[in-house]
Amino acid sequence: MNRAAVEFCGVRKRYGELWALRGIDLTIPQGSFFALLGHNGAGKSTLINAMAGLVRLTSGQIRVMGHDVVRDYRASRRALGVVPQELIDEPFFSVRQLLTLQSGYFGLRGRQQAAWIDELLARLSLSDKADVKTHQLSGGMKRRVLIAMALVHHPQVLVLDEPTAGVDVGLRQNLWAFAQELHQKRGMTIILTTHYLDEAEALCDRIAIIHKGALLAVEDKASLLARYPWKHIELTGTGTLHGPLSDYLFSRQAQGWVFRVPRSLPMAQFLAWVETSGLQWVDLKVREADLEQVFMQLTEEVA
Amino acid sequence: MNGWGVWTLFVKEVRRFWSVLVQTVLAPVVTTLLYLLVFGHVLQEGGVAFAGVAYAHFLIPGLIMMALMQNAFANSSSSLLQSKMHGNLTFILLAPLSPWEFYLAFVAAAVVRGLVVGGVIFLVGWLVYGLTWQSAGWIILFALLSAAVIGALGLLAGILADKYDHLAAFQNFIIVPLTFLSGVFYSIHRLPEAWQWASHLNPFFYMVDGFRYGFFLQSDVAVEVSLAVTSGFLLFVSGVNLWLLTKGVKIRH
Repeated sequence: MNRAAVEFCGVRKRYGELWALRGIDLTIPQGSFFALLGHNGAGKSTLINAMAGLVRLTSGQIRVMGHDVVRDYRASRRALGVVPQELIDEPFFSVRQLLTLQSGYFGLRGRQQAAWIDELLARLSLSDKADVKTHQLSGGMKRRVLIAMALVHHPQVLVLDEPTAGVDVGLRQNLWAFAQELHQKRGMTIILTTHYLDEAEALCDRIAIIHKGALLAVEDKASLLARYPWKHIELTGTGTLHGPLSDYLFSRQAQGWVFRVPRSLPMAQFLAWVETSGLQWVDLKVREADLEQVFMQLTEEVA
Repeated sequence: MNGWGVWTLFVKEVRRFWSVLVQTVLAPVVTTLLYLLVFGHVLQEGGVAFAGVAYAHFLIPGLIMMALMQNAFANSSSSLLQSKMHGNLTFILLAPLSPWEFYLAFVAAAVVRGLVVGGVIFLVGWLVYGLTWQSAGWIILFALLSAAVIGALGLLAGILADKYDHLAAFQNFIIVPLTFLSGVFYSIHRLPEAWQWASHLNPFFYMVDGFRYGFFLQSDVAVEVSLAVTSGFLLFVSGVNLWLLTKGVKIRH
């Protein structure tokens, strides 16, 4: 049985002189909540658009749920729902009409499909906007319409290309709750690109980092975080820094210091250094490695 | 084949122009009737084009064809370009529709708009000007084929255009001249010999001439020749469209 939701094999894409993708080999397991991280222009959207057939590859192969996106495009497109990064307007049709049309393109109709459209509208808080045209909607509402459009044909794999860019905090929370529900209750594979690394860290179980069209890392979240060999210790207080502590100083703060120490350093050792340094300290916080630090370290190493 | 998918895209394209009927049907009908009113009176002294056929009656099929062609072109070209510019073409590109199905839905909708506009002018010609016809079969055949040819040309223009300026250039420098020089207003036998020869290179001429044959059973060239040229041109334009759509030129990057 094929356990891959999406497989990229030697995927390369060139625009003129620029290689947007330089040979991507990647497998996204079924049922995973997968993050695709990278700076602007790293190749994330090109990779996603190639998966959806919106971009033609220079070479290589992509399969969605085992279906080649070029040779077996009907099956691969049925398996895939894509929420594009750019907001889209359709001046002639209402939200419900758009969802009905989109269902029709996939050959879906009837009462059951109409009920699913109603459910999507309700779940995305769009019921009262069902008969409104998209250009009359706010940016956040348009984003939700795009999500409904991507889900209308019951795909097994959902791609969210920076879905929370420019979205307010409340809506962002709702979107993530909905994405988690789709993942946990419906077993959907979800692929996410985002600039908010804390979101990827909170939601995703597997993470790929793409940089200048190449993959830097593809790992489980835990092992990726373990790659970062430091922990950060924030110390609030006053005094003059000297001794071993000054070797580990990471940054000076208004009311104290941040130290970057090896993850393996026992806290007792650190506290002993603090005691012997004579610093007047009032608070201490330990921050374990987060995705942002790993991301920055990996992308800076090859910059 | 994704039959329901094609039908849905076709219905969407028809509803798109139907929702702005004043702009897409009424306006071209009024413009064409103004042509009829002005040229029908001014040029009636200009002589008989076909034996036993009044100039106004000769003119009406030409005007029907002109309106049909211009509107079939406008439908597919502007719809596709607008979808590209608004970004909503993405919805169609993500769907399991083949290049052929995409082509079929767009061209069929263009044919419908061409036939609706042409049909209204035909009704006015029949009811107001007493236009009669000899062969409904040839009329319908040439109306369908011509609308399909120009709808397909519109699709081609929509694929290649990046902005309305490109579309306007295609329309004003290719479609309009070929239409005006296709014998809409005159029989090419009234032209100097060199222009007659040039007219035979214009595929639109065969569409108008074949369509007019259905009304009067008279034409500048044999109707079978017009049918062959029109069908051949349709196959050629369709082939180019399908090749571009399969390659994803200007659509799938």
